[in-house]
Amino acid sequence: MEYFLELFMGGLIRGSIYALIALGYTMVYGIIELINFAHGEIYMIGAFTALIVASVLAVMGVHQLAILAIAMLAAIVYSSAYGFTVEKIAYKPLRHAPRLSPLISAIGMSIFLQNYVLLAQTSDFLPFPSLIPDFKFLEPYSSILRPTELVILLTTGVVMLLLTLLIKFTKIGKAMRATAQDRTMALLVGVNVNQVISITFVIGSALAAIGGVLIASHIGQINFFIGFIAGIKAFTAAVLGGIGSVPGAVLGSFVLGLTESFATGYVSSDYEDVFAFALLVLILIFRPGGLLGKSSTQKV
Amino acid sequence: MTTFSELKKSFLTALWFMFLTFPIMVIRVNTIDKIVIWRWRNMGYVGVASFFLSLAWRYFLRRKEAGSKRALSRTANSQTLLERISSERRYKIPAMTAAAIGIIMFPFIMNSYQTNIMITALMYVVLGLGLNIVVGLAGLLDLGYVAFYAVGAYTYGLLNHHFGIGFWAVLPLGGALGALFGVLLGFPVLRLRGDYLAIVTLGFGEIIRLILENWNEFSYGPSGIAHIARPSLFGLKLSFFGEIRYLYFLMIGMVLFTIFVVNRLQNSRIGRAWIALREDEIACQAMGIDKTRTKLTAFALGATWAGMVGVIFAAKTTFINPDSFTFLESAMILSIVVLGGMGSILGVVIAALILILLPEYLRAFSDYRMLLFGAIMVIMMVFRPQGIIANVRRSYNFKKVED
Amino acid sequence: MTDPILDVRNLTMDFGGLRALDHLNIDIQQGEIVALIGPNGAGKTTFFNCITGIYTPTSGDILITAPPRSGAVAKAERINGLKPNQVTEKGMARTFQNIRLFPNMTVLENVMIGRHCRTHSGIVGAVFRNRAMVKEEQTVVDISYRILEKIGLARFVNDLAKNLPYGAQRRLEIARALATEPFLLLLDEPAAGMNPHETLELDELITRIRDQEKVSILLIEHDMKLVMSLSDRIFVMDYGKKIAQGAPEEIRNNPVVIKAYLGEEFDAES
Repeated sequence: MEYFLELFMGGLIRGSIYALIALGYTMVYGIIELINFAHGEIYMIGAFTALIVASVLAVMGVHQLAILAIAMLAAIVYSSAYGFTVEKIAYKPLRHAPRLSPLISAIGMSIFLQNYVLLAQTSDFLPFPSLIPDFKFLEPYSSILRPTELVILLTTGVVMLLLTLLIKFTKIGKAMRATAQDRTMALLVGVNVNQVISITFVIGSALAAIGGVLIASHIGQINFFIGFIAGIKAFTAAVLGGIGSVPGAVLGSFVLGLTESFATGYVSSDYEDVFAFALLVLILIFRPGGLLGKSSTQKV
Repeated sequence: MTTFSELKKSFLTALWFMFLTFPIMVIRVNTIDKIVIWRWRNMGYVGVASFFLSLAWRYFLRRKEAGSKRALSRTANSQTLLERISSERRYKIPAMTAAAIGIIMFPFIMNSYQTNIMITALMYVVLGLGLNIVVGLAGLLDLGYVAFYAVGAYTYGLLNHHFGIGFWAVLPLGGALGALFGVLLGFPVLRLRGDYLAIVTLGFGEIIRLILENWNEFSYGPSGIAHIARPSLFGLKLSFFGEIRYLYFLMIGMVLFTIFVVNRLQNSRIGRAWIALREDEIACQAMGIDKTRTKLTAFALGATWAGMVGVIFAAKTTFINPDSFTFLESAMILSIVVLGGMGSILGVVIAALILILLPEYLRAFSDYRMLLFGAIMVIMMVFRPQGIIANVRRSYNFKKVED
Repeated sequence: MTDPILDVRNLTMDFGGLRALDHLNIDIQQGEIVALIGPNGAGKTTFFNCITGIYTPTSGDILITAPPRSGAVAKAERINGLKPNQVTEKGMARTFQNIRLFPNMTVLENVMIGRHCRTHSGIVGAVFRNRAMVKEEQTVVDISYRILEKIGLARFVNDLAKNLPYGAQRRLEIARALATEPFLLLLDEPAAGMNPHETLELDELITRIRDQEKVSILLIEHDMKLVMSLSDRIFVMDYGKKIAQGAPEEIRNNPVVIKAYLGEEFDAES
């Protein structure tokens, strides 16, 4: 039973991180129908920025909680900036190009960013400082819920709530939904579509950065390649839930996280990544609309 | 659009990039010894480079927009030098003769190291031409192409290891198994839309690699298969140099064979159907073309080449393991097709040679090779999606019946 | 009277809860030019998509009776659920409301694509260029060129389709459809975006296709002048239902049709 609970919690944690990344995929897809292949790299850059900033601050002897706050903030700022810039360079000039062009451009961007970090930093795994403090009250349950796990679950919950409120009730949320429904029409009624697209990239990137910092401090090490696998899995989650749908991405992420956790726990850990890929292939073949999407997906 | 405002824009862009690259380019932390290294010079490089690059970027973007407006009024004579050489007979024959002499002399002038690099480049030419059928002609973005390459390599590796079967027997078998896998993987996924297809093929590619890595009993896992036999020449025992030259000419033959076949395919009923499929799937179907079948032939034929080159790869290196078949390999082959020009045979040949040989010969480039590949994909898509050599449509001879 | 070449019975198409086509009955006789008209959103294009296999209708029958090619007896055939390419092979070819050419292929190649389903050479033929294949290829080129001449596009033969003037692009779609040797040609708003002169030429072209090529024609069109001058019979749709059918004069004076087009305002004023 305890093993089951452990796997269950592991699945929830995975799911939370996937959700934070998957939201970026699903929002961007909802608005410009592009699989933003470089999104995984944005997440990786977030984690790297946090690592670098935290290390510098640690050498300077700043307090642990302050480090956490500043590193998280820096990761969010920089990931957003990268997301914004990537869109301007690699996607904006291709708004009216054939469908495959931006996708190839996105793959190119992803490879470029990976190697940029590889060359500017290192190809080795870097130990990630433990930024999250130990909570005394959790000690009795430490085998089931570690402090980082609690923080991940709480943060994800809060972020999801804020995002839902943003999309439902703010002006920019309305503009995003309008653009997702019909870009031309949104333009005609005075929505600044380019701005909406930029903001979507910025929000998606910020979420990925949060995910990057949280998972890096949970696992304890990062390298330039973490974005690739995480990106594909989060994309799988987004498709599983129905790409373009925000609640779908969250649901898909938890389904994928739990599936992976139980499959590696009860079946075989050698094939950890195969489960995700196989799930992706199966969904796309048998239910390309995803769990929450029908033939026409519900968009942002 | 004054010069001053242009400079100001570029200056701001440079500042933005200096900010953007600051943590990753400037700071380097050694987390174990807790030392921070500040590399301020990098910031200067980034600033200067992004200033000039942004000037160039906007200049070319404007030129491209102006160009597309011109193209609307009439197809301009915007052929590049290469396109002119390849299309005019006057240049074509001397150019081809020179190329032929160069190709034959190459392994005798150059040392074995150079020849080996050339063999690798030629393998990528064939891989590029094979993927070109799938991506360039049929418009199916296959990101798992390397899986078929792996199928070929492991076919030869395993058959040679267990049963001692020779290269020439396995070469066609590798192609056939590649095609078979193409059909098996293609059948369920080909009804998917373009971008989903890309992701699913990527997933398949990774699944095959992960299986090779973990199924020790079958594929010997990460340690791979060693001592695979090199190709034989009528049972003759060749010297080390002889073997390399032999492989070189084998590869030249392979390239010529591929060009011949691909050229004939793309100017045939099937080839036209592929291009039509790429251009407009719905219209293509409405014109009586069986979508699934056409896609499947493209997928299988593309995979055939990958399977055959896989066999050659195993024979060349005599050692294979799953590390040679990562997604990056697929991405590299894709960037060859993108740079060369989708559907253009000459373009793909030249692109493969540039992309494989350049990093080998310019040592400074070799570290930046993947960075370069990524950048090429973005830049080509933005500025010249038709590739360095655009695929020129052929004109046909017909009887005029004027009445 | 022989069987109609196209006989659509009780055709119904639902999208989720929305009924786009509601028990539609339409028939076309050999050699007829028939128009399908109705206000925007009446379901005309949906009807085209259903009978050409792009959608599978919810219920009802689509029966075709291909005119016998060489003395064989014509037999009615139910084509519900066939794929679009199979429908085209059976002999119904269509054009699209928003032009769907193959933009980066030449004009001739666009028409040659239409020959695909009437030819057979495969991979082996393509690689080895055996005599049968070379001959077939040349026939395809010749037939395609002749079609272009008939449609009046011969001077564009080696241009890329995307570089053609708008009106010529619409005609090229018709040429491409004709290359599949249909017995029924389905035209989805062929005159949309054309100027009066081009429309006049189109009128003449469609009549000529019917008379010379022995192809029957079903067209969706909003240009009433064209519809009235071309059609032998007209079907009128509104909200997925057939509301009227008959010769042009009958339709012109049919109060139900007038109401459908002018809506409730008309009621209020009369």
